[in-house]
Amino acid sequence: MPDDEQNETTPDGTKRPTLPPGYGDDGGDEAPSGEATPEGTKKPAAPSASSGDAGTKKPTLPPGFGGDGAGGDGSAEGEPVLSRKDFQSDQDVRWCPGCGDYAILSAVQRLLPDLDAEKAEHVFVSGIGCAGRFPYYVDAYGMHTIHGRAPAIATGLKASRPELKVWVVTGDGDALSIGGNHLIHALRRNVDMQILLFNNEIYGLTKGQYSPTSEQGKVTKSSPYGSIDAPFNPVRVALGADASFIARTMDRDPQHMKAVMEASYDHPGAAFVEIYQNCNIFNDGAFFEFTEKETKPERALFLEDGQPMTFAESAKGLRLDGLSLEVVDLSTRRWSVDDCLVHDASDEMLAELLGRIFWDDPDADGNAQTLPRPFGVIYQEERPTYGDLLHTQIEGVTEKKGAGDLDALLHEGDTWTVGEEQG
Amino acid sequence: MSQTDADVPSTDGLSTDGQTEALPEATVLFAGDSGDGMQLTGSQFTLATAHAESDLATLPDYPAEIRAPAGTTYGISGFQVHFGSGNVRTPGDSVDLLVAMNPAAVKVHLGRVERGGTVLINTDAFNDRGFKLADLDADPREDGTLEGYRVVEVELSKLTREALADTDLSTKAVDRSKNMFALGLALWLFSRPTAPALEWIGEKFADKPEVREANRHVLKKGYHYGETTEQFATRYDVAPAGLEAGTYRTIRGAEALALGLVAASDQSGLDLFYGSYPITPASDILHELSRHKNFGVMTFQAEDEIAAAGSALGASFGGQLGVCATSGPGLALKTETIGLATMTELPMVILDVQRGGPSTGLPTKTEQGDLFQALYGRNGDAPLPVIAPDGPADCFRAAYEACRIATTYMTPVILLADVYLANGSEPWKLPQAADLPPFEVDFATEPNANGHAGENDENSGAHADGTKNGEAAFLPYRRSTETLARPWARPGTPGLEHRVGGLEKEAGTGDVSYDPANHQHMTDVRAEKIQRVARDLEPPAVYSGAGEEAEGGDLLITAWGSARGAVEEAVDRLRSRGHAASGLTLRHLWPLPPGLEKIFARFERHLVPEQNNGQLVRLLRDEFLRDFRPLGKVQGQPFTPGEIVEEAEAMVA
Repeated sequence: MPDDEQNETTPDGTKRPTLPPGYGDDGGDEAPSGEATPEGTKKPAAPSASSGDAGTKKPTLPPGFGGDGAGGDGSAEGEPVLSRKDFQSDQDVRWCPGCGDYAILSAVQRLLPDLDAEKAEHVFVSGIGCAGRFPYYVDAYGMHTIHGRAPAIATGLKASRPELKVWVVTGDGDALSIGGNHLIHALRRNVDMQILLFNNEIYGLTKGQYSPTSEQGKVTKSSPYGSIDAPFNPVRVALGADASFIARTMDRDPQHMKAVMEASYDHPGAAFVEIYQNCNIFNDGAFFEFTEKETKPERALFLEDGQPMTFAESAKGLRLDGLSLEVVDLSTRRWSVDDCLVHDASDEMLAELLGRIFWDDPDADGNAQTLPRPFGVIYQEERPTYGDLLHTQIEGVTEKKGAGDLDALLHEGDTWTVGEEQG
Repeated sequence: MSQTDADVPSTDGLSTDGQTEALPEATVLFAGDSGDGMQLTGSQFTLATAHAESDLATLPDYPAEIRAPAGTTYGISGFQVHFGSGNVRTPGDSVDLLVAMNPAAVKVHLGRVERGGTVLINTDAFNDRGFKLADLDADPREDGTLEGYRVVEVELSKLTREALADTDLSTKAVDRSKNMFALGLALWLFSRPTAPALEWIGEKFADKPEVREANRHVLKKGYHYGETTEQFATRYDVAPAGLEAGTYRTIRGAEALALGLVAASDQSGLDLFYGSYPITPASDILHELSRHKNFGVMTFQAEDEIAAAGSALGASFGGQLGVCATSGPGLALKTETIGLATMTELPMVILDVQRGGPSTGLPTKTEQGDLFQALYGRNGDAPLPVIAPDGPADCFRAAYEACRIATTYMTPVILLADVYLANGSEPWKLPQAADLPPFEVDFATEPNANGHAGENDENSGAHADGTKNGEAAFLPYRRSTETLARPWARPGTPGLEHRVGGLEKEAGTGDVSYDPANHQHMTDVRAEKIQRVARDLEPPAVYSGAGEEAEGGDLLITAWGSARGAVEEAVDRLRSRGHAASGLTLRHLWPLPPGLEKIFARFERHLVPEQNNGQLVRLLRDEFLRDFRPLGKVQGQPFTPGEIVEEAEAMVA
């Protein structure tokens, strides 16, 4: 029985097999020591007892300290400081060894202690697919729902319990195929929640069919002669749905992932985070050009607000030529960093341009070019959230009409009396 | 209410007038184009009738098209009111007065009119154009169609124009108020008070004094016309029904459902979250609830039926009262979410206002076709409570009850109303909030496993000591021994963090489990939990005439939900003809209420009328192995008592 197995493992250990370098580890504190069995079953190794979260841990305060409310580190007054372990459930993590999901889980569990909410206030809502199992592994409130519906379910939860911190965990099939409708409506309504979309460009849990983000021509179990479907670019779907926060990150860059997730949490409104996630079983290497050190500098553009858009270790930059983007070589005298676009996440038009970097758009002269894929916060605007509007309206009506009185409501309208009271 | 208008005579004391005939009951049907304002005319006649203290039942009947081409048969909108001094249970078998605004209305509805009944026609629409639009070859007044009926010809359009000759209103606006003339005339004919309608017009057109005065004037003219014309030999009156003392209002089922939900929220202290996608005929509930935001009601117009259900379930996980409403096609879309609610054992209420099916079917016509869908329409074994209110006013009680069952037993509950209930109205004796059944919700506040064996460990599966890994813990699937409900822990409660989901859960811990024995156990426990709902139910009352319950008899007519009125009226007629017949109307379709086996054993024969092709009858055969005879009707119209009587007499003859 799996649960007996599970009880043999260290309850607080991150149970995961050997991972490729860079996976799920931002502090180097958990050098993988387990071994994947040939069958791929999990045989996790407990992390060393001395491993810590030195990079993220907040200063430990004595109980009751900080009662003046000026703590400023985001922890609740007088509450014990939480660590990553506090957000690890006692459940066996059952993703395939080497799956990018481990790194995402780890990033979330490292981030949560840093946030200004109590553990019990976090709720993770997921749909179906490999990503759907995520809530079982986070020791917070969680709901593993049905295929594609997580944003709708989370909308009801957040609207009716606005004080909760709601996270939606979804995948490319879940969010963009069966649940596309719910995703776009949650975004347009600006429901205050974080939507983490694990994009691996494949249906993994059903063992390898092409997904709505798979590239055209992809050969899979369900497309032996190549997929004829044009793929979605998730960022542009979010732009089209008027999302108020749109970001992209990757499983192989835990620091970046954590920073982007934190920004998404801080954003009041629907925060859409696309995470490039490697499915090493059915779509291995789908994003390696962006994530692996050999090609990453040339192919990934890390956006930072107020900073020029440069990449390839500042040897290249992105400039605007007319209405087209163009890669410029900063190693020659022709272009300098001053010629490069400066990122401004609040600029809608810029976001449109950045969102287009997915297809191979030619430059202004019609020459073929390959633009670097942008990562980071692509767009962010502040506008009222669905919950703000809903509850403001309720408060306004209540103020105007007075708090509801059930007897008065039942007796509303045209009534008449039969019997002794008549007259 | 006092008479507000001095120049309209009071109707009090008219029954002694030589020209006024007292009737025990009457049925009036207003019919015209969907733009003729027939629903409004009918509801105002109903209001006046309620004020005259008649018991009543109504049947609005309108087309699915919003404004079908004028004058055509498929654009006919009707509103039938049955009122009486006795107990009125149905909108009436046959019509005593048909007010027909055009030839198409005659063509569509004449069949409902009692031979010898009155047909009041708007002669201004009885011309060649009108006949052509109604696809009639000849004038029904001349081709014998109306033979045997008393025909009253009134130039409604012309008289209305004359009445409003002095106003500045456009001809179009003037013509639109001709329904008020018809209303005034009908009020006069049945000695109903005019004050309620005049007052209503005053409020409705408070901002448009000219329209207000025009409508009031035309209504009064219609009333006076009745007095001065000599077309009516007799005027009628229906005495007050002797309703139980108390304060009343007329209520439509849709309103009653909405109020029941607000009451449940108010009494439980849970905020109502109502997820809804517009669908005929359930949208009226959304409209009603969206008015009551000062009760903290959150109405969410979702992107689709699935999101409507999902958002409600999300709110329930959050510890609120998650409710959604729909009709048959929408229920189909909500199926998977309801299954999730069953698996996660979260409370959720789904209102299904049934309409003719399958598929889009008859969107504005009534049917009881979704019983199987409600009972069985999910993958896996997923029983849930199904409740069916038996009258428009009962919708209030049923909605309240559905919410209580859902939260007490941590289960989705389906409430099956239908078009007939939702749109129909009847007098409702208003309850007091203080008299409503108590509605308390216990949220889990602390770990429920402390290392000591608990009293309910039989339900805790592998963890017989009631702990999780030997530590004090919160076990989300550790059940109440009484109800078998699992605890409800609101997110945000420290120490009770837990996960639910659609994967099978281990008893007690709620961990994901694929264990064969555990799945068997959980499936059995989920079914047993639903069965326990029946512990709270009373054995249903058998109807054998007013206030009577026969020991037994030749025939028991067993129906469900909205068929109650027709069944009881049928029983009255059968008994008056010497048959030992009784009726039983089920409000609880699952679990079935206790005591049915004993009741069924008391009767020789069993007839099961229902507005589908035989659904309850199969459930009953399955559960009780008796010879239940089906009587199905799927014509978009409710049963008339006569139809049930006919079948019953054939059985006992």
